[in-house]
Amino acid sequence: MNSTEPVIIAKDLTKKFGSFTAVDQISFEVQRGEIFGFLGANGAGKTTAMRMLSGLSIPTSGEATVAGYDVYHQQNQIKANIGYMSQKFSLYEDLTVRENIWFYGGIYGIPKKELKQKIDALLHELAMTEEANTFVRALPLGWRQKLAFSIAIIHQPGIVFLDEPTGGVDPITRRQFWEMIYNTAKSGITIFVTTHYMDEAEYCDRVSIMVDGRIEALDKPSILKKKYNASSMDDVFVQLARGAKRGNS
Amino acid sequence: MLFGMPIVWIILFGFALTTEVKESKIAVLDHSKDEMTQQLLQQIEASKYFMIDRLIDSPSEIESALEGRRIKMVMILPKDFQYQLNHQNTTQIELITDATDPNLANTVVNYANQIIRDFQERNYPQQELPMTINIESRMLYNPQLVGAYMFVPGVIALILMLICTMMTSVALVREKELGTMEVILVSPLKKIMFIVSKAIPYLFLSLIIVAMILSLSYFVLDVPIKGSLIFLFLESALFIFTCLSLGLLISSVTNSQQVAMLISLMALMLPTIMLSGFMFPIENMPRLLQVISNVVPARWFFTIIKSIMIKGMGIADLLKETAILIGFTIVLMAISIGKFKERLA
Amino acid sequence: MITPVICEGLGKVYQEKKKEIIAVQGINLEVDQGELFGLIGPDGAGKTTLFRMLTTLMIPTTGKALINDLNTVGDFRKIRQFIGYMPGRFSLYQDLTVKENLHFFATLFHTTIEANYEQIKDIYIQLEPFQNRRAGKLSGGMKQKLALCCTLVHQPSILFLDEPTTGVDPVSRKEFWQMLKKLKKDGMTIIVSTPYMDEASLCDRIALIQDGKILKIDSPSTVSNQFGRSLYAIESDHSFHLLHALRDIPMIDTCFSFGNAIHVTIKTGDQNSIEKVSIALEQQGISDVKISEITPGIEDVFMDLLQKQVA
Repeated sequence: MNSTEPVIIAKDLTKKFGSFTAVDQISFEVQRGEIFGFLGANGAGKTTAMRMLSGLSIPTSGEATVAGYDVYHQQNQIKANIGYMSQKFSLYEDLTVRENIWFYGGIYGIPKKELKQKIDALLHELAMTEEANTFVRALPLGWRQKLAFSIAIIHQPGIVFLDEPTGGVDPITRRQFWEMIYNTAKSGITIFVTTHYMDEAEYCDRVSIMVDGRIEALDKPSILKKKYNASSMDDVFVQLARGAKRGNS
Repeated sequence: MLFGMPIVWIILFGFALTTEVKESKIAVLDHSKDEMTQQLLQQIEASKYFMIDRLIDSPSEIESALEGRRIKMVMILPKDFQYQLNHQNTTQIELITDATDPNLANTVVNYANQIIRDFQERNYPQQELPMTINIESRMLYNPQLVGAYMFVPGVIALILMLICTMMTSVALVREKELGTMEVILVSPLKKIMFIVSKAIPYLFLSLIIVAMILSLSYFVLDVPIKGSLIFLFLESALFIFTCLSLGLLISSVTNSQQVAMLISLMALMLPTIMLSGFMFPIENMPRLLQVISNVVPARWFFTIIKSIMIKGMGIADLLKETAILIGFTIVLMAISIGKFKERLA
Repeated sequence: MITPVICEGLGKVYQEKKKEIIAVQGINLEVDQGELFGLIGPDGAGKTTLFRMLTTLMIPTTGKALINDLNTVGDFRKIRQFIGYMPGRFSLYQDLTVKENLHFFATLFHTTIEANYEQIKDIYIQLEPFQNRRAGKLSGGMKQKLALCCTLVHQPSILFLDEPTTGVDPVSRKEFWQMLKKLKKDGMTIIVSTPYMDEASLCDRIALIQDGKILKIDSPSTVSNQFGRSLYAIESDHSFHLLHALRDIPMIDTCFSFGNAIHVTIKTGDQNSIEKVSIALEQQGISDVKISEITPGIEDVFMDLLQKQVA
């Protein structure tokens, strides 16, 4: 894949469930190394859109390529070249930290020797060397999320999808998490993240806001704030999402 | 548990799965009581297949002998047995068998045939004229040896267990899993009301299903219902309560629907199928399993239902079994209601 | 007048496979009549455990809790008659309709929807168009409203809401808190837990909780005032770049990202002042920053307390 090509290209991407249009002709591009915030109210169609982009669901119409692969015909290649982390699940609670890293490293086909080194490096980076043999369920949420994120990028994917990664995490760990995200983006991995924390929206290079299945706004946070005469992204969001029909059913 | 269960089953199956008949109890009506009959009886006694439980004195006792569940067959030896054999070269032995379980009945009759043939050869090796001991066998209660006679009561017992125990336990645990239990606990609802309200739908559902099964088997399979229908339903209701209590008990030991189902299936239904006498006669199991089978409520219910449907028995005859079932139910209810937690921790 | 909620030395310890887990310890707090009380803390702080003890669902290992002067252990049955509880996740019957759920919970408390219609009217009006829709098919925000309705339908005198806005988008969150404010105006005592620090300012008083311990209890403004030192916000176009640069400046005590600004405190000392920070930044090649002194928010205070705890 050409390194100057956008990592995600979506054109009129649509997903219908029967007569219900969950995602309605969204179009956008995400550049390499960008931190792209994907916001929207519950039910706006965010999750559906993410599923299409991560190769988990086939669109009804429209086009999209992720990391250069087509979402219709090359879903397996997409899955092999992206990282994914969701709030609900990312790690096996009854395995230890080390075992989890081993497992996911294996899934992504990292050779044994390389994996061994990576594990040690990762543990060191996260300051979890002492917890290597602790069961994941005994770790505080913030640590788990940091670990999950590191595992999601262990195979150096072109892009990593983060679905509300910091929900309920304490404020200090939240910020540590975002520093990790920022460093990862600097190293060239594109970050596609959704969140309900509006201050985190400010950390993104660009932000899109979905309302009722469509993208109502897409730009840098600073520009959006000017456009909507808002002092914060929270304000922008409220202005856009308030008129939503879907949230009120 | 995943490893323990299969091992237990194999052992159980290995022992329980036997169509061999060992030490079946029979009664003998000996009209002759002569030397030959004594010899025949000794031979029978000596075989591992039969055990002569008692001697009856008149044909009127045959029916009652078979009604109890110990005696599988009544052997009737005619008057002047020895005399007939010696002088007329022929005599007749009548075998009246409880054919509720047709397979068992067949086996028992076959064994009896063998022994009698054997006896004939031993004692009268040289036969001038074809000497025969005619064996006439009558299958009682189920003359056509219809498998359904055993099958239907067994299915009723099984289905009730399935619906009442498993479904009740899953329904209760589901509330815990979904979180609605939390909200219900923080309300004036008394625990007994909660339990009853969960159990009642399955009670009614089960009674309707019993009615359905009975109608189907009566009209389509020609399975008789000799006894009182009301009594049948009452006993079924009793068993339903037993199963509901079991379901309640299971729900109080786990918070996961999966585990509840697993326990219901593996720990309860499988032993029910194997040890209730439904598929494998209890008499043929090793002593240990026979003892264990006494603790399986379905075993008692199965006997009750079978006896009502096929032998037409009434409450007087089934007092013991009913009392045992009632006892089970009370104990289980007491334990499970006691164990029902009104708090999360 | 009775104090609706009193906790004295409340604590809960779990046993999990030979390990003791201290979920909550030494909780002392009181909630006054008609107060909107917020329990603020992240996941795992002990909020849910505390709530469960207050709503009689769990027996404390140490200490005691009194709801309207009734003991949560001994008098739990009485307490369950008059409190309203909304647990963390959606806990209504997905396969019953909106109306059926409401009817169920009304009946549970020996009352009817009609008898209490006035109380729930404001919220129920939004749900009424969907009264025959299955609860499972509602959107997240609507589910929360329904859950609240069901909690209110029996007119409780004290409301316990455990993280009612978690996972809900900012717009629905705001609407929810509007509803809570209205309820408070009508005299309801409400105890709410949330991980969102910005919601704290909407409460009368808040308790900051982390790792099972209460860090502070007071009104949001007092909590802010107790920050104890000056807080500055530094805005620039390159937040993370700025963050790293600030970390290299020795006189900076704490610096945390807050959206498009970095909140900064300086180490006390005569030599240190915010103007010097500006100079130090320029020396690192960062100009074009906007520095202003700000009032600490709850999140600032929380993180400050957290850091002190760790240290």
